[in-house]
Amino acid sequence: MTISQTFERLRSQDEIALIPYMTAGFPTLRKSIDHLETVARSGGDIIEVGIPFSDPVADGPTIQYASQVALENGVTLAKTLDALSHVDLGKPLVAMSYLNPLTAYGMERLFDDLRAARVTGLIIPDLPAEEADDWQASAEGAGIDLVFLIAPTSTSQRIKHIAERSQGFLYYVSITGITGARSALAKSLPDRLAEIRKVTDTPIAVGFGISTPEQVRSLRSYADAAVVGSRIIDAVRREENLFDLIKDLKAATRNTHTARHED
Amino acid sequence: MQTALPDNRGYFGAFGGRYVPETLMSALYELDDAYQRFKHDGPSQVRLKSLLDTFVGRPTPLYFAERLTAHVGGARILLKREDLAHTGAHKINNAVGQVLLANFMGKSRIIAETGAGQHGVATATACALLGCECHVYMGSEDTKRQRMNVFRMELLGASVISVDSGSKTLKDAINEAIRDWVTNVGTTHYVIGSVVGPHPYPMMVRDFQSVIGSESVVQCLACYEQLPDAVVACVGGGSNAIGIFHAFLDEEVELYGVEAGGKGLHTPDHAAPLASGSVGVLHGARSYLMADDDAQVLSTHSVSAGLDYPGVGPEHAYLKDSGRVQYFAADDQEALEALSLLSRIEGIIPALESAHALAYAIQLAKRLGKERTVLVNLSGRGDKDLDIVRNAV
Ligand SMILES: Cc1ncc(COP(=O)(O)O)c(C=O)c1O
Repeated sequence: MTISQTFERLRSQDEIALIPYMTAGFPTLRKSIDHLETVARSGGDIIEVGIPFSDPVADGPTIQYASQVALENGVTLAKTLDALSHVDLGKPLVAMSYLNPLTAYGMERLFDDLRAARVTGLIIPDLPAEEADDWQASAEGAGIDLVFLIAPTSTSQRIKHIAERSQGFLYYVSITGITGARSALAKSLPDRLAEIRKVTDTPIAVGFGISTPEQVRSLRSYADAAVVGSRIIDAVRREENLFDLIKDLKAATRNTHTARHED
Repeated sequence: MQTALPDNRGYFGAFGGRYVPETLMSALYELDDAYQRFKHDGPSQVRLKSLLDTFVGRPTPLYFAERLTAHVGGARILLKREDLAHTGAHKINNAVGQVLLANFMGKSRIIAETGAGQHGVATATACALLGCECHVYMGSEDTKRQRMNVFRMELLGASVISVDSGSKTLKDAINEAIRDWVTNVGTTHYVIGSVVGPHPYPMMVRDFQSVIGSESVVQCLACYEQLPDAVVACVGGGSNAIGIFHAFLDEEVELYGVEAGGKGLHTPDHAAPLASGSVGVLHGARSYLMADDDAQVLSTHSVSAGLDYPGVGPEHAYLKDSGRVQYFAADDQEALEALSLLSRIEGIIPALESAHALAYAIQLAKRLGKERTVLVNLSGRGDKDLDIVRNAV
């Protein structure tokens, strides 16, 4: 199923998508693949996998830590894609990494290997829309959705420009800041999302700082997806029950009045 | 003309650009716009000039190192004395310029990164001068190595934030400063300390440092009625080098950048991305950098903390590929020897960074021979390095 089909299906069920994020190679490559499978089975609708980079400037302490452990484990882009190519999560898979490792891998080889690993979307947090022409052309050729980010600081002109480019979905950065769990969502969120809706029909995922079912539930009124990252890394770190965590987050994406009960 | 770069997207040929999280993009456009207005704002430029003259102590002297020249027995060696600028290095030229620009933009919270502490001290000084709140990010390895500079910054009213992530050095201090900027971009100006980072920083820092080269041209013509045959500068991020090179780019003058050779370019322990790195994207720009086979950025080594950085400014990448500037490396040992030589026979203790330029300039002076002139950018003074030098000998 493609990313777009996933959003269509969920919309018809009056649900928003849950997009859990995990760093490949944390705490080990084997375990991170197992965790991805758990997350896909327990309610993840689209799965985001982070490929570690030494200098992740958009990330807060939690994801920095996971990336550092992964790198110390010798995990690389090549090893991650190889490991992913041997599993089928049964859900659309989106990769996230920084430009430097992606560029060095070679664009053509990258898109070939992403396809072989069943990755259908790509997020590059340090690639702004105006630098992305080559990437877009290659992604399109490979049938991979290149997802762009919009931030609270993006001007309306930029929003329009980015919305035109983003494939699969748009990633709205919920706070002016880096990744990491926050206790409250920004007050400006509903207005900002309404502003974006005016210029595009592309589904909007909201991420950065989302950690609780309550936050996910409040996104139901404005967004099409909730991305949860640092909270999940923390759960892995503390060896919490991942299945239950994802199940509870997923439950919050449904309309509580009509939701069918999961067994 | 080489001096017309970058283009309006921040590119020097294939290098530069703006590779940052979307959260910062609008701020970079605002900064670019504000900088263009600042550059053409009469009162701001008068104020900058006046602070450079009366606070920084410009123009810095052009000094004929007569005893060094005689000792080497080759070309005449001239030193551009940035070590005599206030706070002891060229870094103050950029710090005063950028903090003044921040005031012009109405931003009163300033952040900066620092390695050895020179840029941190310069920024803390400019903030004290111009009444801004100042926070300096510094790797925890460096706060240990450079305790005096931490104290200097605190005395100047800055807060120093020790960075424990990654390799705990300059590269990670920049990462952390970028993260602060991403979070506080509405109120904060990030004073980058070299010609690195996303557009417009490499251009802006270059412009603030270009005073070094334009003064040198005037001073050379006044004293010797001709330009030097060669100009030599050390390259960390590349700001003192670009600063002195720029006025000479369109002249018939040989230009040499000297990177940190550390324990030797044949070992992994150096900081010479131009001499032996590959092209990639770090800290917002495409340029040369030191990375492993999987494009993870490497930790570097140099006896000089100010050169201990895996990246380099995009304009240097362009000048290397175009062949206009040649880049070499001087190793730890050569720099230490040059430092003690200049101390003994000229009474000038140079910064270890500047000693790299000097080490190469001495070889070059021998090669060029007596009728020629070599100008060296003596980017800073060595007081900060005394412990390191004492432990090394
Ligand atoms: C005296 C001195 N020279 C040179 C440098 C290297 O920086 P850049 O290459 O930007 O001039 C530093 C950096 O701290 C320095 O303190």
